[in-house]
Amino acid sequence: MIRFEHVTFTYPDAEVPTLVDVDFVVPEGELCLVVGTTGSGKSTLLRAVNGLVPRFSGGTLQGRVWVDGRSTDEVPPRELADVVGLVGQDPAAGFVTDVVEDELAHVMENLGVAPDVMRRRVEDVLDLLGLHELRNRPLGALSGGQQQRVAIGSVLTAGPRVLVLDEPTSALDPAAAEEVLAALTRLVHDLGITVLLAEHRLERVVQYADRVVLVGGPGQPVVCGEPAEILAAAPVVPPVVELGRLAGWSPLPLSVRDARRAAVELRTRLAPLVPASPRSGGAPASRVTRDLHQNAVGGARPVGEVVARAEGLHASYGPVAALRDVDLELRAGEIVALMGRNGAGKSTLLSHLVGLKVPGRGTVLVGGREPHSLPAREVVRSAGLVPQDAGLLLYHDTVAAECTAGDRDADLAPGTTRAVLDRLVPGIDPRAHPRDLSEGQRLALALAVVLAAEPPLVLLDEPTRGLDYPAKHRLVRILGDLAAEGRAVVLATHDVEVVAEVADRAIVLAEGEIVADGPAREVVVHSPVFAPQVAKVLAPEPWLTVGEVAAALEQLAGSGSAS
Amino acid sequence: MSPTSRSTRPRRLLHPGAWWLWAAGLAVVALRTTNPLLLGLILGVVAFVVASRRSDAPWAMSFAGYLKLGAFVIAIRMVFPILFGNRLPGTELFTIPSVTLPGWAAGVSIGGPVTVEMLVGAFYQGLRLAVVIVCVGAANTLCSPYRMLRALPNALYEAGVAVTVALTFAPQLAITARRVREARRLRGRPTKGPSAWRGSMLPVLEGALERAVALAASMDSRGYGRHGQSPAAIRRTAAALTLGGMVLVAIGAYGVLDPSVPFVLRAPALLAGGAALAGALVMGGRRSDRTRYRADRWLAAEWVVSVCGLVAVVGVVVSGRLGGTLDPSVYPLEVPQLPVAAALGVLVAVLPAWVAPEPPELATVPSSVEAAASARALEVAA
Repeated sequence: MIRFEHVTFTYPDAEVPTLVDVDFVVPEGELCLVVGTTGSGKSTLLRAVNGLVPRFSGGTLQGRVWVDGRSTDEVPPRELADVVGLVGQDPAAGFVTDVVEDELAHVMENLGVAPDVMRRRVEDVLDLLGLHELRNRPLGALSGGQQQRVAIGSVLTAGPRVLVLDEPTSALDPAAAEEVLAALTRLVHDLGITVLLAEHRLERVVQYADRVVLVGGPGQPVVCGEPAEILAAAPVVPPVVELGRLAGWSPLPLSVRDARRAAVELRTRLAPLVPASPRSGGAPASRVTRDLHQNAVGGARPVGEVVARAEGLHASYGPVAALRDVDLELRAGEIVALMGRNGAGKSTLLSHLVGLKVPGRGTVLVGGREPHSLPAREVVRSAGLVPQDAGLLLYHDTVAAECTAGDRDADLAPGTTRAVLDRLVPGIDPRAHPRDLSEGQRLALALAVVLAAEPPLVLLDEPTRGLDYPAKHRLVRILGDLAAEGRAVVLATHDVEVVAEVADRAIVLAEGEIVADGPAREVVVHSPVFAPQVAKVLAPEPWLTVGEVAAALEQLAGSGSAS
Repeated sequence: MSPTSRSTRPRRLLHPGAWWLWAAGLAVVALRTTNPLLLGLILGVVAFVVASRRSDAPWAMSFAGYLKLGAFVIAIRMVFPILFGNRLPGTELFTIPSVTLPGWAAGVSIGGPVTVEMLVGAFYQGLRLAVVIVCVGAANTLCSPYRMLRALPNALYEAGVAVTVALTFAPQLAITARRVREARRLRGRPTKGPSAWRGSMLPVLEGALERAVALAASMDSRGYGRHGQSPAAIRRTAAALTLGGMVLVAIGAYGVLDPSVPFVLRAPALLAGGAALAGALVMGGRRSDRTRYRADRWLAAEWVVSVCGLVAVVGVVVSGRLGGTLDPSVYPLEVPQLPVAAALGVLVAVLPAWVAPEPPELATVPSSVEAAASARALEVAA
């Protein structure tokens, strides 16, 4: 259905080609997952399927891309609309009309589909994607998951043979992501549509994939094959595969279900042990010492004084309450994960802690003062926030200029910001434009700008969006260091795997209220939505990460050989 | 019977053309009078109909914005004559110091006595403009601008989509500007003053440009601008006729208003332009490569609503013939009388509050906080 024939693509002004000699075939009716590190050219590959690359992007493309027997160098994207449906990273940015139903019909109006056929197809797609209750809704009034489903529906009504999606679940909470993926698998199974999908959060999608295309990065070859085969050697794998590699399971499990069946033996081996808390560096404790361990300082971390406090905090947007009666204390040296659905009030809470919003009722105190009544210059010294789109914090055209401006903004000695940046991620070219950095490097730069003023409270909004696994591991290490320096770190996130790796405490928000607040392990392990893959595989044993299991297995091996 | 009572009629959205004809009728009445009583009556009628027949979509919340804009226009209209007005004799309220301008600015006077007549006259003029704005706003509130564009003939479809995209530009710009301002505060930079403006311009425009490119890519991959099988010759002719027709109509419309223009450029130009446009529409309509999803139907209610607007226009014309006080005298100041025929006509235009079907419920509550926040941003931008 999709055939790449020796495709090499170079962006204008780029020295090395982004895609080199890409050559693979996706047969009809398969769900094909495109994986690779950030900046490896996944989006480029996807956009080449309907010819947006190179027709929209510029650059030169050698070789040929065939879709349903048509070559993209002969027909422009708009003439391929009835064959390829393409959904971009930000669904809302692609909406043309203002109501769900009209948005679904738009592509058919362009194609000249007869009105009665159009009507029937819209109804079919509404049912297929579970959108029938939203048919008259204005697009602006939809949640993230709903918008994503409408975006899929808006290309599906054309009856395409191929659906191409760029990170369809990256902005969604776990439940909304399930919703979208369920809809996609239905399309593949019932309608035989070929789906090509790029995603960083492999743990969410890999079990549905029939085929995996691994994009290596500039200059690297692109490999295509069976999921288990490709992932056995891939640099980016979900935790369940990592666990499988560690335990030496064969065939490699791709889903939690397969892994659970393979893990019976591992569970019994691990049963006598309990995991050490994250970052304490200690070995797993045996069951006997567990109670002692838990009584010691309420977990393993020494927590300092209160850095920020919210009491009876209320906030609202018009008639909709965003936060209701939130009481919260944040202490130095702890890493707090803020979880909950899209729109549960996570970002609103962070905005209040840095004084971007004035509380409707209740108080917010950071370092003993109200952040919203302080001038901006003072706030940055007590609390720093890296927003969801970290690029928003960056205005200058080189990394060096950005660092200099950072020093100037916060009245710091020249070179401070650069020093912080080098500690986070060494070796970023000072002449590079912030836009040209990888997602992870850009996040590090924004974080350096925020950290240079040494705020005791550091807040991050969805920091792992768009990060690949190596970049996530770096972020986890950085956050650990920040907490060790005695800062309070809060991250609002949907990424349960990162929460499992790094957080001491987890807070779950629902409809603006705190519904759970406690040690991360307790909050996360038994939640069907927020449990990480390892916890699901090893339940009821409370293990959260592959690292913990690895340490435990090492200890078992050590004690086994000693006795 | 109250207009909000639950009727057994099915809920549906009225054809946008009907609302626009109705609103245009009332706007024409407003343009033909400065009588504050009649203008007030129009305002009341429009507000009542909007309140009873608007939907709960975000764009339907913008009526208050139009009212504020109207009030602002009146205020501006009254400040200007106080500063620069021609100083006719009248009942003096107070005097502001006058400035003697140098010779080259002769004819412009600043300051001087302020009279009641002057203020009342300015108020009448401002009110008229405000009511026209509110009429247009009412049409926009009662049906989304996008629906109106959808109802345009096929030949204008692509231009219509371009206009819709442009309409979403301003609210999006407002949202981006807010995020950039917040980001500046996060970096400890001032969020007010000229340096803040300079610093925010670039990221805001960059954001807008990126969005535009993303939208263009999405539209292209969804077949916008597809030519399909229609012959190029017909396409080009239709485009030329549309463009030429619009130019002729513009010239003709100006000619009709300005008597000093040669006769050929007046009614004949207008007619020729109209004919060219009609031709373009027919040719465009023949193209079979684009269809309309659930085109709005024109039923009895649509006829009644648009005829109500027409009746209001007839009323004001009849009033003018009968010598009703459409333009009450300001010099000397007199108490305005209500022109009966025109008032009756405007009162007929309140009927849509009952005759028009109730709109379906669209979004009773935004489904998330994010959605509420963006809806609010749209409202502020509007």
